[in-house]
Amino acid sequence: MAWFRKSKAPIVPVETKKHIMPEGVWKKCPHCQEIVYAKEVERNLNVCPKCDYHFRISARERIALILDEDSFVEMDAKMQSVDFLEFKDSKRYRDRLKSSAKKCGCPSALISGTGTIETLPVVVAVFEFNFMGGSMGSVVGEKTTRAIERAIEDRCPCIVFSSSGGARMQESILSLMQMAKTSAALARFKEAGLPFISVLTDPTTGGVTASFAMLGDINMAEPRALIGFAGPRVIEQTIRQKLPDGFQRSEYLLEHGMVDMIVPRAEMKQRLAQILRIFTGN
Amino acid sequence: MQFYLDFEKPLVELEQKITELREYSTDRVNFGGEIRKLEKKAEKLRKEIFSNLSRWQLTQLARHVNRPFTLDFVSHIFTDWFEVHGDRLYRDDPALVCGFARFDGEPCAVIGHQKGRDTKEKVRRNFAMPNPEGYRKALRVMKMAEQFGLPVFTFVDTPGAFPGIGAEERGQAEAIARNLREMASLKVPVIVTVTGEGGSGGALAIAVGNRVLMMEYSVYSVISPEGCAAILWKDGSKGDVAAEALKLTARDIDKLGCIIDDVIPEPLGGAHGDHAAAAAQVKIFLQKHLEELRSLSGDELVEQRYAKLRGMSFFDE
Repeated sequence: MAWFRKSKAPIVPVETKKHIMPEGVWKKCPHCQEIVYAKEVERNLNVCPKCDYHFRISARERIALILDEDSFVEMDAKMQSVDFLEFKDSKRYRDRLKSSAKKCGCPSALISGTGTIETLPVVVAVFEFNFMGGSMGSVVGEKTTRAIERAIEDRCPCIVFSSSGGARMQESILSLMQMAKTSAALARFKEAGLPFISVLTDPTTGGVTASFAMLGDINMAEPRALIGFAGPRVIEQTIRQKLPDGFQRSEYLLEHGMVDMIVPRAEMKQRLAQILRIFTGN
Repeated sequence: MQFYLDFEKPLVELEQKITELREYSTDRVNFGGEIRKLEKKAEKLRKEIFSNLSRWQLTQLARHVNRPFTLDFVSHIFTDWFEVHGDRLYRDDPALVCGFARFDGEPCAVIGHQKGRDTKEKVRRNFAMPNPEGYRKALRVMKMAEQFGLPVFTFVDTPGAFPGIGAEERGQAEAIARNLREMASLKVPVIVTVTGEGGSGGALAIAVGNRVLMMEYSVYSVISPEGCAAILWKDGSKGDVAAEALKLTARDIDKLGCIIDDVIPEPLGGAHGDHAAAAAQVKIFLQKHLEELRSLSGDELVEQRYAKLRGMSFFDE
């Protein structure tokens, strides 16, 4: 049989053919671990087509998704943080601010302004998670407060889309005070009889959850978003126990009575409009 | 109970020597001169140690187990005290005490975090880390104070709100947030004193006041130095470095100019050495600030509190 006589060829390592793939064509879904085509994810409003996981989106993308086209007028666009404590860990705070501003194309972790949703006027404030984890310092606190005050002035509803790791450590005590300031503004807003809708997106924790984000007349969450006061790692270290499955996810919060509803991204605009119409008698 | 921080040790040793000499003194042997000399030395040493404390040492001082706690202040400053319990929803939280009393004869509400001194009491008080029920009880008492037109005194001394599964399930974040909003609109005077550790949201949830005072050796911060070190330095043991960066002492915060109204001086060597003297100082400041607020109407109090919060920001535009 011929094939027994085949001469043995030495084993030559296969020349590794590296597929050069341009960055960002494929995305790995952190939930189902599937590799998905980035364009398809984008077309699907940044939701995984396989498992419905909601990818984090930028503040600009959120505004484009929720507000009527060309209706958005930004407020306080130039407001930026100052490093009044000259805070330095592995990097200086002022350098972190600079690199975040470059990365995100905006000078702070929150974009606010006026606009319309299905022609209904609203004031919105939207967190930019890529800017230092959406952390709240003086600027985020001030912009949120001004947004609430503007809504009182215009007598229109206010919606905050949260996505934040909490208070910004680099501004120490002043970051903490933003929790009180924003909540105090909401006390006035409530007195004015206007609707405040808090939309909690992945992740919303710490000082942001423990202030305005939990104070919505309606608390609305995106599916599977991490929402909590203490981060899961801190809790695990404190109680030295494994946390239950799905702990601090939107569905868990719904079950425990902390959010009113979970709304998928594709239905969010419509649902917000529906709620606003009911509350404003339109 | 004997407990000393490292930097207090040389002072404690000196004081022990003085006591020993006193005991040895009899009619025939007199160490009077020697004792006076040592006392002078101790005085000098005390001044030296306490005027050069690092921020980390001050943090430890703020956490001193013998520091006066809320109930110590209650017994020294107020009369006619009775405690009330429970949030009427779930349970009572011993980490946060609430009640009514008289201040200079006038009725008032008192609210404060409560630590324990021995292990059993520490555990019972959950190391002064409240669950949502604590904050809801505090809010109930504040609303009652408003109903009866009584001023509210709060005493802040907590490492932070408790991070546990139950606390999350029962809405720790919601409880804190609600307190922040409701405290902003209370139509009675609210005077806050940070007496030890002002730990983040867990402290702030009873600390939205017309006046906010800090005791000289207290600290107030958005996160504990250890927590901050664990996140930013990836090493929880670098609390000393983080404490320096956070600038969390009463003097630091006073310098910012917009957060607190007064720093209350403590007896040399810290409040833990002399509860009565420390409480007497606190009382003087509470009297002063209550007097100033007395002329304001309910609406003016709300306005004043809002204006104070509105001034708390640094930014460029």
